[in-house]
Amino acid sequence: MDDFLAARLQMAFSLGFHIVFACIGMVMPFFMSLAHFYWLKTKKTVFRDVTKAWSAGVAIFFATGAVSGTVLSFELGLLWPKFMEHAGPIFGMPFSLEGTAFFIEAIALGFYLYGWNKLNPWFHWATGVVVGISGLLSGILVVAANAWMNSPAGFDYIDGKYLNIDPVKAMFNEAWFSQSLHMTVAAFVSTGFAVAGVHALMILKGKNVAFHSTAFKIAAIFATVAACLQPISGDISAKDVAKRQPAKLAAMEAHFHTERNAPLIIGGIPDTARKTVDYAIRIPGLLSFMTTGDFNGEVKGLDSIPKEDQPPVAVTHYAFQIMVGLGMAMVGLALLYFLALWKKGNWLKSSWLLKLFVLATPMGFIALEAGWTVTEVGRQPWIIHGVMRTADAVTPMPGIAYSFYLFTGVYISLAVIVILLLYRQITMVGKIYDSSSKVPKS
Amino acid sequence: MIYVVITFLWTAILLYILLGGADFGAGIIELFTSEKNKDRTRKTMYEAIGPIWEANHMWLIIAVVILFVGFPKIYTTVSIYLHIPLVGMLLGIIARGTAFVFRNYDAVEDDMQKVYTPIFVYSSLITPFFLGIIAASAVSGRIDPQANDFLSAFVFSWLNWFSVAVGIFTVSICGFLATIFIIGQTREESDRLHFIRKARRTIFIVMFCGALVFLAAYFEQIPLFSWIFGDTPGLIAIIAASISLVVMFFVLDKDKPILLRLLAGFQVTMILFAATYSHFPDILLLKDGENLSLLTHQGQVKTIDSLGYALLIGSIFILPALVYLIYIFQKKKEVPVDH
Ligand code: HDD
Ligand code: HEM
Ligand code: HEM
Repeated sequence: MDDFLAARLQMAFSLGFHIVFACIGMVMPFFMSLAHFYWLKTKKTVFRDVTKAWSAGVAIFFATGAVSGTVLSFELGLLWPKFMEHAGPIFGMPFSLEGTAFFIEAIALGFYLYGWNKLNPWFHWATGVVVGISGLLSGILVVAANAWMNSPAGFDYIDGKYLNIDPVKAMFNEAWFSQSLHMTVAAFVSTGFAVAGVHALMILKGKNVAFHSTAFKIAAIFATVAACLQPISGDISAKDVAKRQPAKLAAMEAHFHTERNAPLIIGGIPDTARKTVDYAIRIPGLLSFMTTGDFNGEVKGLDSIPKEDQPPVAVTHYAFQIMVGLGMAMVGLALLYFLALWKKGNWLKSSWLLKLFVLATPMGFIALEAGWTVTEVGRQPWIIHGVMRTADAVTPMPGIAYSFYLFTGVYISLAVIVILLLYRQITMVGKIYDSSSKVPKS
Repeated sequence: MIYVVITFLWTAILLYILLGGADFGAGIIELFTSEKNKDRTRKTMYEAIGPIWEANHMWLIIAVVILFVGFPKIYTTVSIYLHIPLVGMLLGIIARGTAFVFRNYDAVEDDMQKVYTPIFVYSSLITPFFLGIIAASAVSGRIDPQANDFLSAFVFSWLNWFSVAVGIFTVSICGFLATIFIIGQTREESDRLHFIRKARRTIFIVMFCGALVFLAAYFEQIPLFSWIFGDTPGLIAIIAASISLVVMFFVLDKDKPILLRLLAGFQVTMILFAATYSHFPDILLLKDGENLSLLTHQGQVKTIDSLGYALLIGSIFILPALVYLIYIFQKKKEVPVDH
């Protein structure tokens, strides 16, 4: 494996790993705080039990997220020193603010986890909310940094020099809003469906049903509401991409030729050599309408972009289809759930709805990883869109392949251990957390 | 503003060594503790460190962010030529962080603990060891941007007796910080005496490792002696540290935990001061004699300004909260950990 490929794969692996933990760390505190709120209001022990079980989950994910994030901040330099040398001072603003947000998050988490029975109950609750808010803020900030790579701003690029740097302008680049919005909603979708799915499974198994039903309800509401918002935000993102990165949009859609009344291509197998997409469904004019608001609007195809500036089409296209497909599937499930809540109360008790939720457990996270693949692969061959090529940014250090194998091994074993640990938490719910099924511990 | 940024950088590194060091030290002492005392050591440490554990390694992140935003050339040079020890340190950080969580949040208590504990203990050793290597390599003048073979560019940049000795010294400092810290944390007299004995031993170990560093420096022809004893502020710092060490020996078995911690913190601060002062503002010495300096290799004015403001504003939020966190959990330490 050559060093460049190894570096890219290592970066992708690390980020793909980190993002899962980061999302859970951003969203779980909200679930936890809501359960905690009900406990303080109603004094029903089931809410306290759920809160405590979730807070153990938050602790596990926070620490793993923090560790993988620490690694990332070094990896940016270890793998892409030439990128960081120029980009660091420009897009550093969100990172330095993010440091504050993380710090507050970590401190608030310290209060929260160790504060049971020690702090004023409402102050204690509030620290949980602060964990969530600062997590969300840090997510938004770091995505603003990534958005800068898609839509560089806040400097003048003259004769290979980066002049007149303005970090604030760089942070509020054109893409920051659409990307941060989409990412934040995605975090709720993916964490919500994952959590709801696990609790649905436990209900189906008949274990600690009251406990798991309470947990399921909280997670499912967040997940389904967010799922319905996601296509709206995705549409904003797509219009945005069409404007600032036509090459990425063309690759997402496997849209080879510039044309008016462009069709929306769903599925299919893109063939880059023949510039066609086989076995695809085409909806005439829809792509033009979605990107320009006019069925006859012109959409740039890959042919308008020099060959050496084109991103890989197949990967981007498949990833985009996976994201949108799963997104739509989750919207479908969300609508069923709303219908059940509103009219068909008996659906809520039937097992098929729960089974569908179990099926949806991994969907959000798969869509999330697919979405990042779209963004990152679709930006290639640029690391800073239109300014610096990824190949020019890679470290001169040889043997990155070994580092890639090493880190891949580490991440895989970490993932296995985390899953094992969660499994053990869940199997112990009856013993530790569910006070209706045991002699209370505290 | 540049001095504000540099102050934050230095403070972040210092706090990482002090707070993170005590934390690493806990694992290191566990390694050198007899079977029957292990459990006590671990419990006492966990109660003390648990609440601020998450915040501890934020100092490292702050330092890294300051480096790549404000001093990108320094960050990237270190990243390129010290790639291998950095990876070593990162592996230590990953292993340790996860082992810590798993030790404390595993719902089932069984043989898995036997798996986590060695990981935790050995990674506590590896991480500060590589941290020391990295710090020493920055100033040992072996980084060679002109090198054109793998070994001299990426291996001999950090692999020499001096760096290794500083690595060992860093490990010993961590152990020292942890034992001093833990003395104030004990509840039973027998525990307290046990850790006082330990502290005495670690002080000797630290002094021994310090001597090793000087020996290795001599051996590698690094003018450490003249750096530290060459200018007055460095000299004063070292003398102050030595005096406080003597004081510490006398108060070790008096029941004065806070004073002990202050003394230990003071000594480490003075050592770091002496080690960095002599080079300031250079922080990376390269083989060709070209030095990377915090003052000449800084980012553009606007970057440094906004970085400085971000740090100042951040600390307004962070410091009071952190102090309150430490205060609350030091005050009421009798409540057991609850899931
Ligand atoms: C739960 C996850 C999830 C779901 C269901 C969706 N997305 Fe998404 N999408 C993401 C998770 C995601 C993401 C991982 O969060 C990305 C990567 C970068 C970003 O900002 O969000 C993303 C990126 C992304 C981009 C590229 C943005 C850019 O490069 O700036 C577009 C155009 C869309 N999405 C569009 C959609 C549409 C039309 C969806 C319709 C259902 C959709 N996404 C569902
Ligand atoms: C602030 C946020 C991010 C930054 C600064 C960032 C930066 C980078 C860099 C420097 C690379 C290597 C160069 C390249 O191949 O483009 C990369 C690649 C990649 N990143 Fe990101 N990234 C961010 C967010 C993410 C996230 C959250 C994911 C989640 C999964 C992700 C997925 C990927 C993938 C899949 C690649 C490989 C693309 C390829 O090699 O073709 N990125 N990113
Ligand atoms: C290049 C990209 C990235 C870098 C360098 C990075 C860096 C970090 C660091 C250093 C931490 C540890 C903070 C702590 O100790 O509390 C962390 C955690 C976190 N990161 Fe990232 N990150 C990156 C990408 C992302 C992305 C794309 C997101 C989200 C959208 C994200 C969201 C978070 C969150 C929410 C946490 C808190 C951990 C938790 O709550 O579990 N990060 N990140």
